[in-house]
Amino acid sequence: MIQTLAFYLFAVLVVASGALTILARNPVHSVLWLIVAFFNAAGLMVLLGAEFVAMLLVIVYVGAVAVLFLFVVMMLDIDFAEMRAGFIKNFPLGIAIALVLLAELVLGIGAYRAGGLVLGVADGANAPLVGESNITSLGALLYGKYIFLFEAAGIILLVAMIGAIVLTHRQRPEGARGHQDIGKQNRRRPEDATDLVKPEIGRGVDL
Amino acid sequence: MDIVNSLALSSPEILLTISGLILLMVCAFVGDKAARIVTILAVAALFGATAITADFLTNPAFELGGDAWAGIYRMDAFGSFSKILIYLAAIGCLIVTPKFFDATGEYRPEYPVLMLFGAVGMGLMVSAVDLMTLYMGLELTSLASYVLASFTRSDDRSAEAGLKYFVLGALASGILLYGMSLVYGFTGSTNYIGIRVALQDGLSTGALFGIVFVLAGMAFKIAAVPFHMWTPDVYEGAPTPVTAFFATAPKVAAIVIMMRIALDPFGGQSDAWQQIVIFAALASIVVGALGAISQDNIKRLLAYSSINNVGFILIGLAAATEAGAAAMLVYLTIYVAMSLGSFVVVMMMRDADGKQVEEISKLGGLSRSQPWLALCMAMMMLSLAGIPPLFGFWGKLVVFQAAVQADMVLLAALGIAASVIGAFYYLKIVKIMYFDEPAGVVAPSHDTARWAVLAVTALIVSPLGYLLIVPLGALASRAAAALFFII
Repeated sequence: MIQTLAFYLFAVLVVASGALTILARNPVHSVLWLIVAFFNAAGLMVLLGAEFVAMLLVIVYVGAVAVLFLFVVMMLDIDFAEMRAGFIKNFPLGIAIALVLLAELVLGIGAYRAGGLVLGVADGANAPLVGESNITSLGALLYGKYIFLFEAAGIILLVAMIGAIVLTHRQRPEGARGHQDIGKQNRRRPEDATDLVKPEIGRGVDL
Repeated sequence: MDIVNSLALSSPEILLTISGLILLMVCAFVGDKAARIVTILAVAALFGATAITADFLTNPAFELGGDAWAGIYRMDAFGSFSKILIYLAAIGCLIVTPKFFDATGEYRPEYPVLMLFGAVGMGLMVSAVDLMTLYMGLELTSLASYVLASFTRSDDRSAEAGLKYFVLGALASGILLYGMSLVYGFTGSTNYIGIRVALQDGLSTGALFGIVFVLAGMAFKIAAVPFHMWTPDVYEGAPTPVTAFFATAPKVAAIVIMMRIALDPFGGQSDAWQQIVIFAALASIVVGALGAISQDNIKRLLAYSSINNVGFILIGLAAATEAGAAAMLVYLTIYVAMSLGSFVVVMMMRDADGKQVEEISKLGGLSRSQPWLALCMAMMMLSLAGIPPLFGFWGKLVVFQAAVQADMVLLAALGIAASVIGAFYYLKIVKIMYFDEPAGVVAPSHDTARWAVLAVTALIVSPLGYLLIVPLGALASRAAAALFFII
């Protein structure tokens, strides 16, 4: 009973905040509604017993992706009038694409219901551990069976990082504007930087 | 899972990764001054990995190969053969690189490090027996390649090449991944053996779609027609040593994974993919040959030449036999030597100011000003055309022989007919070098490293290369047998 109630609560909130995400006039509000949608989707995942996915949703999507969106939206200079004009101009096209997608969905579900589609049966190699939470099962796979691939993924990210730095980092030549010599900055003492002078009254200081 | 055993079987990758990480630290703390020493150490690491892999290939204890990391990685003669070829090609490209960037002073120590990580990725690809390992290796190689393509920041063409390669490479990865997800969905396994077993009872439409998408994604990576459009632009824009690298090591890796995936998990359903491969092979030969005719930039011409060669290699795959796989490996080995040699000659084409010369017309009368360079280039071109006393002929011969043995006489005949068109533009370069008025643009080069690489590749390509037939043939058959062993 309580589960059904919770499901409907989360489900309604997901759909409502999803709708508000695209209907909100202010893009910052849109992102905030998106965050609400993520939280409620996480709640649905908990109901399904997939608590790891729920945590990922909160940590990765709310914590990182949505914040990134917020930054982008706040930094971009968006012209709402122009955007709305574009929306109205492309409205028929959007409706057409939506109809095509809907037809595809209906056809796909129909074909699946008709039983023409024989999906493969999982080979069981990655089945969850009996009696363990899915976090334990996933951890056993990631850090046990697939440790090699996990490390390879790490190297891929490292290469991406090297690439970004190689392609954008510019060493400024000595003496150029913006050149920073950290050693020199650290060696600088208060005595070198400040002078305590006591000027006579009525006269300025020599700099 | 026996972790020690797994570590031992994947030791080439582990060695290269650790060397890459250490050299990265050197880059970070020493800076650009370290470029030369990092290059030398990277070459040393690649030689070390080659030595380990050579031991796997020749040691009778590893005759049957071995599965590592719970069956996602397989060390066998097939993978080892390809890995040695890849490492040697990477070494060849790396040795000639520092001198190339001397003129602009843009060489940085990250270059060899990226090359090392690229080599790790290619090693993963050729040893993969699981779609996930395959994809990881492919992405690692691709990411390193995108960065290398746009390494010359002062050159707009280089940035354009990098961006084009990145966008189209991402599209290809997407297609490949979509195919993989379909294959997984309809077979229930990402493991090659699992897929093979699941496909034994017949092929559903969904799985067929998956196979087609996977092969299309791979065709992108090996630049086979109709997915070849990016090749000339990327090859032209990327710095020449990087182009040499693209034309050799990653190409070998991509062709090898295509062989493994077509013959191992999809091997029981060869009817489903054979016609696709036959079409790609013939179309690549024809488009590669016709497209090259009108080019006046030598790098673009060599790009079309590589498309053309991929077509000949795919003929071996279309045969879908053990002899075909062995023939492909022989062809690949010779192709790497020819390709590397021609690109080294392109790197040596510099005018008196050290600026790169890329127009074919500027090669005029090279035989009089620089007879040795012209001789080497002429040998590479004639060998690429497959003219008999040179070693390139042998590669074509074994591939066509495999096709004829598999009752594909028509395919072989069409391939031979189309190779005549290709001979035209190779001969045109020889004619320009030997019979045209001297353009006198190309200044002599005295770099030992380049001459050494050129000499080695020229020796392999020369008629002396025929001495290699027996050992090369034996190793290639052994590698092909390992590929077909599981089947």
